[in-house]
Amino acid sequence: MEFGRISRRHLLQGGAAVTLGAATGIRPVFAAETTIGFIYVGSRDDYGYNQAHAQGAAALKKIPGLKVVEEEKVPETDAVEKTIESMINLDGATLLFPTSFGYYNPHMVKMANKFPKLHFEHCGGLWSDKDPKNAGSYFGYIDEAQYISGIVAGYSSKSGKLGFVAAKPIPQVLRNINAFALGARLANPKATTQVIFTGDWSMPVKEAEATNSLIDQGVDVLTCHVDGPKTMVENAARRGAMVCGYHVNQSPLAPKAYLTGAEWNWEALYPKFVKMIAAGESIPNFYRGGLKEEIVKTSPYGEAVSAEARKHADDVKAKFLSGDGYAIFKGGLVDNKGKTVIAAGTDRGQKDPELEKMDYLVEGVVGATS
Amino acid sequence: MADGSIGLWTVPLAVLGGAIRVSTPFLFVSLGECITERSGRINLGLEGTLVMGAMSAYGISYLTGSPWLGVLAAGITGALLGALHAGICSLPRVNDIAVGIALMLFGTGLAFYLGKPLIEPTAPRLPAIDFGWWSDIPQVRAALRVNVLFLIGVALAPILYWAFRTTRWGLLIRTAGESSDAARAMGHSVLLIRLRATMVGGFLAGIGGSFLSLFYPGSWNEGLSSGQGITAVALVIFARWDPLLCLWASLAFGGAAALGPALQSVGVTSGYHLFNAAPYILTLAIMIITCSPKRTLTGAPAELSITR
Repeated sequence: MEFGRISRRHLLQGGAAVTLGAATGIRPVFAAETTIGFIYVGSRDDYGYNQAHAQGAAALKKIPGLKVVEEEKVPETDAVEKTIESMINLDGATLLFPTSFGYYNPHMVKMANKFPKLHFEHCGGLWSDKDPKNAGSYFGYIDEAQYISGIVAGYSSKSGKLGFVAAKPIPQVLRNINAFALGARLANPKATTQVIFTGDWSMPVKEAEATNSLIDQGVDVLTCHVDGPKTMVENAARRGAMVCGYHVNQSPLAPKAYLTGAEWNWEALYPKFVKMIAAGESIPNFYRGGLKEEIVKTSPYGEAVSAEARKHADDVKAKFLSGDGYAIFKGGLVDNKGKTVIAAGTDRGQKDPELEKMDYLVEGVVGATS
Repeated sequence: MADGSIGLWTVPLAVLGGAIRVSTPFLFVSLGECITERSGRINLGLEGTLVMGAMSAYGISYLTGSPWLGVLAAGITGALLGALHAGICSLPRVNDIAVGIALMLFGTGLAFYLGKPLIEPTAPRLPAIDFGWWSDIPQVRAALRVNVLFLIGVALAPILYWAFRTTRWGLLIRTAGESSDAARAMGHSVLLIRLRATMVGGFLAGIGGSFLSLFYPGSWNEGLSSGQGITAVALVIFARWDPLLCLWASLAFGGAAALGPALQSVGVTSGYHLFNAAPYILTLAIMIITCSPKRTLTGAPAELSITR
């Protein structure tokens, strides 16, 4: 009987594994094996958003006693609910990371209500008191790293024209564009940042066209906020422009053109979350942080970055890391239509929830949100 | 001008550049599909062929270091997928459109599966020929950096037009497409003609894919095609199965794809979603204008399952 043989063999293998584990004395952190589910909207090796999360998941795989299950290319529809249910029911996942923006509401909230004993951690969502307590949303103030990129870009640009290839005008994207533009103006008060929206997270041909159009307009330093920055980085470098990366370090793609970049640091955050759960602590439902909290980081400077730019950028970085913090969006801020969006005298610190509703482009940005 | 900007000239230049850069995959897929459909069969699987071609070209170029071998591999992969389509369709009572949809899903799925390890590495790319040497303006030079594949595609359109009209095998393909009975009465195997036509169509579509991954946008990732293969198949219908019209239609689509980003870059920011959708609106508009419930499309091969 074919079936009997296979199950007996599996039984033997399982037994051997247990004996081996006991013999080598591996002491798992967790009493029973904990399974963690990661859900990505795209491919996990896209040199971008999903790869950053997958690097975080890879950091968890190294911790003994943890099992990580992953699924890629799950659309932001009820498909993600099915994925979550199968991870829970078939793989026994007890902690889930649906990592894409559109998974949060209604999909993840619905699942968190359905499975009240399990933990759900969503990247980018806005958790509010109305949402289930076993759900949480975490995000990084990656605009801090974009601000640093802006400073470096402002010094590196000869034309004073910077380019930003963006996917959609949602608050997180606008905040990055604005931080980049404000950083650039620290370095060069006349610098402008031209933005082109491609309309979706992954549109390689549009991204390449946007990159070419920007360079045709005289832009000589580009950055982006799309899921996979590879297209922008490679096409800009081929045209002789310089780039600042996003999501992960893209310097291997264009070593000469790469100035610096805004990167996620999920490899540091996810093990922290898991340790909190193992120690019986609860993860704050609304978890945010920037450079100081090690949720975001900046890429090492490329060789084209001048000493002056390095010094200025390092000074500002030190302010972000200091106890007092640093506000990018200071009072008296005017948008690119001339309207005052932050009244003089009220600095909006990074944790200010108003900033997560951003719907404007600041002065110095060429482009419109609609 | 002093700051290197060319202002509003960006838009026509980007549309021209886009027509050259973006049109090549459309051109190859639509010419390939033109041959296949003229023989009396529709291969909707060319979207899958395009993606498989892009993946295999990138893979072979990465492994061997020669992008031209990659182009060849893409063509062969495409021809094999074409042979698969034709082989299944030659069985009795098989619907070519259903097989095409199945092969589209199969092709993209297989390409994503095999292409996983290829997303990160950087493969050698096809060289460009600099046709802008006469100009001092860097933007013009960039727009006129033309790939040989584009030139081959442009040359192929009139050659096919001529071949359909005046050569023996052009006549055979047309006969198979217009009346399989006539072809059979002449003593030719319709299935064999269609097999060859579908394989050639797949070969061209595969090469179109190699342009995507090896020239522009120039790297392998899963969103690379974003429906260009399907658009190109639709393009054949509104080009009325005429290779020369396929060329113009492909150029128009390439230019339309560049319009959205170019307009934003000069400050026309309202309605960019509409401009980004320009190629699709163009397709719909032309489809609506040219369709009629009273007659079949002029130029449609009579044996096609949609016109029969």
